[in-house]
Amino acid sequence: MWNTLSRMWKTGLLTEQLPVLQPGLQAPLPERDHLQSQLLAVLGRALCIRHVDAGSCNGCELEIQALHNPYYNLEGAGIHFVASPRHADLLLVTGPVSVNMEDALRRTYDAIPAPKLVMAIGDCGACGGIFGTSYASRGGVANILPVNTTVNGCPPTPTAILRGILETVRPVLKKA
Amino acid sequence: MTLQPSAFLEHPRLPLPANLSATRICADREQWLNCAETLRESGARLLTLWGADDRDRDGHFRIYAAYLGREGVLMVEHAMEAMVGPAYPSLAAIFPVAQRMQRAIHDLLGIAAEEGPGNEADTRGWLRHGGWPETLFPLCRDVDGSRQHPNVSAPYPFVTVEGSGVHEIAVGPVHAGTIEPGHFRFSVVGEKMLRLEARLGYTHKGVAKLFETMPQSSGHRLAARISGDSAVAFSWAYCAALESLAGTICPPRATLLRALALEHERLANHLGDLGALGNDAGFAFGLTHFSRLKEDLLRINSIAFGARYLLDYAIPGGVAVDFPARAPSLLLNLYSELETSVANLRSIYDEHAGLQDRFRGTGRLEQSIAGKLGAMGLVARASGIASDLRVDHPWPPYDRIATKCILQSTGDVAARVQVRFDEVYESLRFCRALLRQLPAGPIHALVPDVVPYQLGLGIIESWRGPVLISLETGPHGSIRRCHAHDSSWQNWPLIEYAVIGDIVPDFPLINKSFNLSYSGQDG
Repeated sequence: MWNTLSRMWKTGLLTEQLPVLQPGLQAPLPERDHLQSQLLAVLGRALCIRHVDAGSCNGCELEIQALHNPYYNLEGAGIHFVASPRHADLLLVTGPVSVNMEDALRRTYDAIPAPKLVMAIGDCGACGGIFGTSYASRGGVANILPVNTTVNGCPPTPTAILRGILETVRPVLKKA
Repeated sequence: MTLQPSAFLEHPRLPLPANLSATRICADREQWLNCAETLRESGARLLTLWGADDRDRDGHFRIYAAYLGREGVLMVEHAMEAMVGPAYPSLAAIFPVAQRMQRAIHDLLGIAAEEGPGNEADTRGWLRHGGWPETLFPLCRDVDGSRQHPNVSAPYPFVTVEGSGVHEIAVGPVHAGTIEPGHFRFSVVGEKMLRLEARLGYTHKGVAKLFETMPQSSGHRLAARISGDSAVAFSWAYCAALESLAGTICPPRATLLRALALEHERLANHLGDLGALGNDAGFAFGLTHFSRLKEDLLRINSIAFGARYLLDYAIPGGVAVDFPARAPSLLLNLYSELETSVANLRSIYDEHAGLQDRFRGTGRLEQSIAGKLGAMGLVARASGIASDLRVDHPWPPYDRIATKCILQSTGDVAARVQVRFDEVYESLRFCRALLRQLPAGPIHALVPDVVPYQLGLGIIESWRGPVLISLETGPHGSIRRCHAHDSSWQNWPLIEYAVIGDIVPDFPLINKSFNLSYSGQDG
């Protein structure tokens, strides 16, 4: 126990600032606490994201998982990944949509209560990437679902994904 | 008269271009089976199985098996007349791991595995879930792979367990976390798992057919995207196959840099898994600290190799970008920091009674079952099977700079955790040795197009286990057939044994301790 506490104490806080929305420009919503309070004002709780791998190579999953590490600390900004689509505000989709995942992806989307947002992550999610469309792949997510935003990259960095999430929810926050 | 199995195997074998010792041999129907039996008795393991449509060249379908034995890899090929319903003798009774691969081959090529007397063939689709017609075999040369077909879903009959109090839990393909899709069907009594049956194939993206539309010079990009967490291993395997065929010698600096990238991939995955295993056992502290260390490594990767994940690092002839001058000192600092932190975290894990209570004895895979079912890689090493290509059949630079095979014997989650810890240390030691010996010089050699109809192999030990690329060339620098294999094919069926008798809440922990690739298996 002493070892554990000592390591926590020595490590300290590693969490970094949220990325600016457009690189090079000053951020319209840079502060973590500010974002959290805005989300709270609109939703009354955390922003809930449901992730679906619709056929990815698992590269994008690794970078989405990285959002939970102490540097990006996504939960600390009031953004939470949920296990059920029924609890979600935003659907995060990776991969080209494989024909074998098409039904499952549609059903997950249908299970999310409206209003809902959809993000396509990675080159594959954006346009099918190297896999394109074929007997086994339906290509980009937009071929199956209405997509609000896309984040390119193979895989996109956690910063790019985080920026994408902020851009997706910005219209919602503006209304507030 | 058919040759005796042993005599047949002693016939002169043809050399096979590969990055490690490999030979090939042609077999008729009977020899195909005899050969498998003899190899099984000699302790060889079935590495992979694939088929090809050669009707355009000589009117045959072909089935290939690659075996891993003491002397290296032996590829056995068997040609079938392309009549209605081509078939070959099933290997499933000799190598159980063959079964799912045979089902996949049937889905893609329409060639069937014939079971011997007393064995029932499993004719359920494996990769085909209803996304293309049953009578259409996408890997056949006369099929247009770019054409889309409507989804027609059909029920998939799982094996049922009957008895008082038995019920089923269906999980997936969409899971609760940020993980890949697959379906698990548990038959349970109370919390106890009696049986698990997995259904995979959800992320099938038609990789094999796609390879055939690509030039030889860019196949490595697709290979890297077969399983993103093993990108270096797969792209290196592809490059190794192509370079062996072309007779290209990769410059020494590039070879060492590839090995460094492969070890960084191992480190990143092991660090991530060690954290996730702590988390799955209710110790979130582990995830926080290990994911921090993993992020430190990925950030250094982007300086040293030009990207956090090295999907486009290994290219035919060498590597894509050279090391910046400041990379070695950054890496050495990182290695020291990792070594100290991982030692500290290991002592925390080892002394945490609650964590050890979840790890020990959970998801036990006995050595006898692991051996019989042909376990590969990390999972095999945790069950006492010394098997690591880097040690058993070292290819450059592992032939000059040695690495150790890490072994544990208990085969439970705790053993798979310990193998990861020990491999992190060994990998750090090896990376330091690589850096000390890193020569100056070019990082890239020219790879000419290979003449048509040549077959070569590339086999690399990824962090998970061996990955294999079999590359057959076509005319004008094209790819005629490329088969990719991930060791997840071998290890997925093993989870079904490891969970028996454990409770349902331990499944995520057991699954994570294997951490197999869905995409790598589905192709």
